Amino acid sequence: MSIVVRPKLPLAVQVVIKACVAGLLLYVVPFVIPNYLVSQFATVLVFGIAIMGIDLVTGFGGAITLGHAAFVALGSYTTAILTVRYGWNPYATIPVAAALSWASGWCLGFPALRLQGLYLAMGTLVLSITVPALLKRFDGFTGGVQGLNVGNPESPLPWLDDSQWIYFLSLVIAAVLYVVARRILSGALLRSLVAARDNQLVAAVMGVNRPRLATATFAMSSLYAGVAGSLYAMIVGFVSPDTFNLMLSLSLFVGAVVGGITSLRGAFIGAMFIQFVPVWASDIDVSLSGLVFGCTLIFTLLLIPSGIGGVAERFYHRTCARLGWVDRMRSRRVAGEALEDPEGLQRNFSKSGG
Amino acid sequence: MMLLANQIMDGLADGAIYASLALALAFSYRSTGIVNFAQGEMAMLSAYLVWQLMAWGIPLIPATIISIVVSFAAGALLYVALVRPLSQSSVLTVVSVLIGLYLALNSLAGFLWTYSIKALPSLFPKAHLGGGAFSVSVETVGIIAVVALVLVLLYFLFETTKLGLAMRGAASTPDSAELVGVPVPMMLLIGWGIAAALGALSGILVAPRVFLNPTMMFGVIIYAFAAATLGGFDSIVGAVVGGLLVGVIENLVGTYVPWIGPDLKIVVALVLIFGTLLIKPDGLFGRKKVARL
Repeated sequence: MSIVVRPKLPLAVQVVIKACVAGLLLYVVPFVIPNYLVSQFATVLVFGIAIMGIDLVTGFGGAITLGHAAFVALGSYTTAILTVRYGWNPYATIPVAAALSWASGWCLGFPALRLQGLYLAMGTLVLSITVPALLKRFDGFTGGVQGLNVGNPESPLPWLDDSQWIYFLSLVIAAVLYVVARRILSGALLRSLVAARDNQLVAAVMGVNRPRLATATFAMSSLYAGVAGSLYAMIVGFVSPDTFNLMLSLSLFVGAVVGGITSLRGAFIGAMFIQFVPVWASDIDVSLSGLVFGCTLIFTLLLIPSGIGGVAERFYHRTCARLGWVDRMRSRRVAGEALEDPEGLQRNFSKSGG
Repeated sequence: MMLLANQIMDGLADGAIYASLALALAFSYRSTGIVNFAQGEMAMLSAYLVWQLMAWGIPLIPATIISIVVSFAAGALLYVALVRPLSQSSVLTVVSVLIGLYLALNSLAGFLWTYSIKALPSLFPKAHLGGGAFSVSVETVGIIAVVALVLVLLYFLFETTKLGLAMRGAASTPDSAELVGVPVPMMLLIGWGIAAALGALSGILVAPRVFLNPTMMFGVIIYAFAAATLGGFDSIVGAVVGGLLVGVIENLVGTYVPWIGPDLKIVVALVLIFGTLLIKPDGLFGRKKVARL
């Protein structure tokens, strides 16, 4: 006998936790820590956005993508080309980048969906190796190897410097996209997604239109990557083809797995991992970060397949259950051990809206 | 016309290298249903091993043989250490572990031998055959000959020996093979070993053409993916034909389609992979998958 627990914290605890998180994100990160770290945290938020996209398509859609850098590149270059060549306001390019990457995700998702498992992983891997070559070939438009100088947007507010401004901008967009992802991953849509991922046949029998759903998921995750790319161009102030190489795709994938492939909050833990580990590792040896990435990826999967986010979430649920902070109306008893399966249906159901 | 003939010969030589790596992919796929994303990096390490042995004063040919034997052992070890324990896991886990291995091995080479390029001598003398406008380098002919020889050996291994029969049985119907007394895990282990040895061969053949560096297999593994996909992932013949076709197409497109040119040749691989998977997902020689409900 197991119990699906829906934690319900007492109001005071909720207020304290929310105040701590808000204090951390709104005060400590932008104003207390050294200034050069602020833009690095903005990059963390941007990686987090892209990783949420991978969570959607790989964690819940069940399609492995190793080519997310391609859509990040699309977003970045949309912003760069529109601002540099056509003099657009950089903020106005974000929706364009989002729309373009959504549309191209839809177009690419259509053939990609016919590819199962390994083939999709291989196809997207090859796609991400091709992108820098394509960007260099169309150098009249993309600036070729030299790249394009976008420049960092200036802060319109006197009490925020440029990196704090871009941090808050990224924070707002990341928060909006996080809420959107939570809305997508709730209710009937989540159940259809998980059913289609875990058992296509059953899903089809129950009336889930898998092709449509998978294409939509792919398009949505591309949109996340595109927005991340657009913001990335503004943070770095510069785009060049070799930024969007295979290593970026694989880093994002590593971040998604390490943070927890079905954990949206874990996306930001994974983002911190891929942002800060290479910085520390390269102090010791240039090749160390790849070695750390590879080994962490392998050991995460062998030891904690649900990633840091998944482990943290389980710990949170257990603690709440032990302390009796449980929503008794919405928890239920279920026979069997199926619930212990970290990727099983019911556990994911229990997470929705929680 | 002579340019065309030369391009085709060059394409065949490149294709032979792709074919040996595609064969490696096909071997591990046939035996365990896994595409080994780290195959190219393993091949790169094998080429580095040859360089290291030569730096220690061992001549090229023995160094090559030692490297291939060591690679066989490494492939077998990989099977025992990572692939076997994961045989019941989801595709996501397997792919992720192999990607992890890819990243780790790539960095390991950079860690041990730095990222500066090194020259690995070719197995073949620098001479040209034939006269006039049509001349082929000995290397081109040599590469094709070596890969052809390996193919013949593999053919005899699989078609005429008991070991080959057991390996084929273990790959196609593991349960039945187990029942008639074939040690299936042992056969799969040998399969992964042969795959690694074939990969090593491709690495050692390609290194003199592109210089030895940790990223040298990037280009090759993509075309090997394209070759294996085009030929059908579970087909040995398909991997070879696919490899040769990809090599020739790549060279001809790079030469005769000015819009693409040598910089954008890599798109050929992308188009071939997506094209094959969309039009004929089982490839030219692959077995059609039949699902039973």
